[in-house]
Amino acid sequence: MMAEQKKYPAPQQNPETKPFWDAAAQGKFLIKRCTACGEPHYFPRSICPFCFSDQTVWEESSGEGTIYTFSLMRKSASGPYAIGYVTLKEGPSLQTNFVDCDLGSLKIGQKVKVVFKPTDGAPLPFFTPV
Amino acid sequence: MTIKGKAYIAGIYEHPTRHAPDKSTAQLHAEVAKGAIEDAGLTKADIDGYFCAGDAPGGAWPMVDYLGLKVRHIDSTETGGCSYIIHLGHAAEAIAAGKCSIALITLAGKPRTSTMPPRAAGAEQDFEAAYGATTHNAYGMCAMRHMHDYGTTSEQLAWIKVAASHHAQYNPHAMLKDVVTVEDVLNSPMISDPLHRLDCCVVSDGGGALIVTTPEIAKSLKKPLVRLIGHGEAMKGPRGGKDLDLTYSAGVWSGPRAFEEAGVTPKDIKYASIYDSFTITVLMQLEDIGFCKKGEGGKFVADGNLISGVGKLPFNTDGGGLCSNHPVNRGGMTKIIEAVRQLRGEAHPKVQVKNCDLAIAHGTGGLLGVRHAASTAILERV
Repeated sequence: MMAEQKKYPAPQQNPETKPFWDAAAQGKFLIKRCTACGEPHYFPRSICPFCFSDQTVWEESSGEGTIYTFSLMRKSASGPYAIGYVTLKEGPSLQTNFVDCDLGSLKIGQKVKVVFKPTDGAPLPFFTPV
Repeated sequence: MTIKGKAYIAGIYEHPTRHAPDKSTAQLHAEVAKGAIEDAGLTKADIDGYFCAGDAPGGAWPMVDYLGLKVRHIDSTETGGCSYIIHLGHAAEAIAAGKCSIALITLAGKPRTSTMPPRAAGAEQDFEAAYGATTHNAYGMCAMRHMHDYGTTSEQLAWIKVAASHHAQYNPHAMLKDVVTVEDVLNSPMISDPLHRLDCCVVSDGGGALIVTTPEIAKSLKKPLVRLIGHGEAMKGPRGGKDLDLTYSAGVWSGPRAFEEAGVTPKDIKYASIYDSFTITVLMQLEDIGFCKKGEGGKFVADGNLISGVGKLPFNTDGGGLCSNHPVNRGGMTKIIEAVRQLRGEAHPKVQVKNCDLAIAHGTGGLLGVRHAASTAILERV
């Protein structure tokens, strides 16, 4: 089962997240790290969700991770799709779709990497098996 | 400070409809309000507190006006399907604090015959909306990981639906009255792996309402006395993506808080209403609120353990969301109503639990695999 070419919504963006989307347009996948407690997080916030420090900085992620879980939605208006969570090498887990692959052969623990897909605005991050 | 014994559920009403193309949503709210007020033996003028959630058209103030209420306390806490279990606790707090004395809680809507308004966007919108999280796949993600970590099987999940169907056969209003087998569940189409169609609840129009009041007023009325003795509420989300674990829910916090306040343990519970949006919802909640250890939910629910008169923990004796109804895609209200019926001795004779003096109503709201709330209420017949 291959994912079909889908039209994805353009991110609305806001002042807090604009650097993320600007970097995405350059093919870079950013996460945030708190310089006070050292913890990385995703999606990005200006204030650390763990220690509440405002000393957070942008960091380029390796874009590599493993599948924490997934579910293959068998039917939808735009066809089947696989939603899941990836745990990044840097630590944080994030929600995504798995693309450009055989959706029927996904496995928990499988290695994946980020790929960007175009929208009418900034590109969106997705993950595909390595 | 505690709400233990400070508030009684004096009125309940579940709308019999499952399909309401000829009614408005506000009208359904009014009909369930009227039903609960009459069940309690009160009048509308007695109501001085009103509680509603996101299903009430326009929120609390248009509803208060539409219903013609004159209230001194309002609460429109919105936590999806468990909103009404949270409202029950908040009503008890307000009653204990003297902010109101007779509270009305309503739920109603028509997901089967009209489109539901979209959820308001949260801060995560740009980082998640495109990925198409729905109830099916968000709960599917939990089930997939639960199976991976604990060896839970589709057969075990199916037993939850089987038990619900055994109860639904006696409910004349249930949408699905046929008793099903484990094989029927496994042979139903896969919706979002690993959840089959029969792992999913029904979609129905309808609603329900509660009247919550002081001990003194409850004792002056004619209904059997049912009081709230413990309550908990909590929320859980990915929290920045640290240590993600989708195999447990916010029930791990709301459940123990409710049991501690009530001064009872899961072993004492005679009947359990557990929100059953999906079979996995029930399995995880039973673990999280302490009916069995984490990871042992599959064994706990198997072989009819949830069937009234057969197993150790009779659950959802109205057929629950899996078979009876799921008004507004929100199961918290009907969970409280069936628990009160059991405590009053008003459940169907075929499913009534003998000497049912202690019950639990527990639910989650939102998406279990994304962000959600949970609330637990422990109810006692006096």
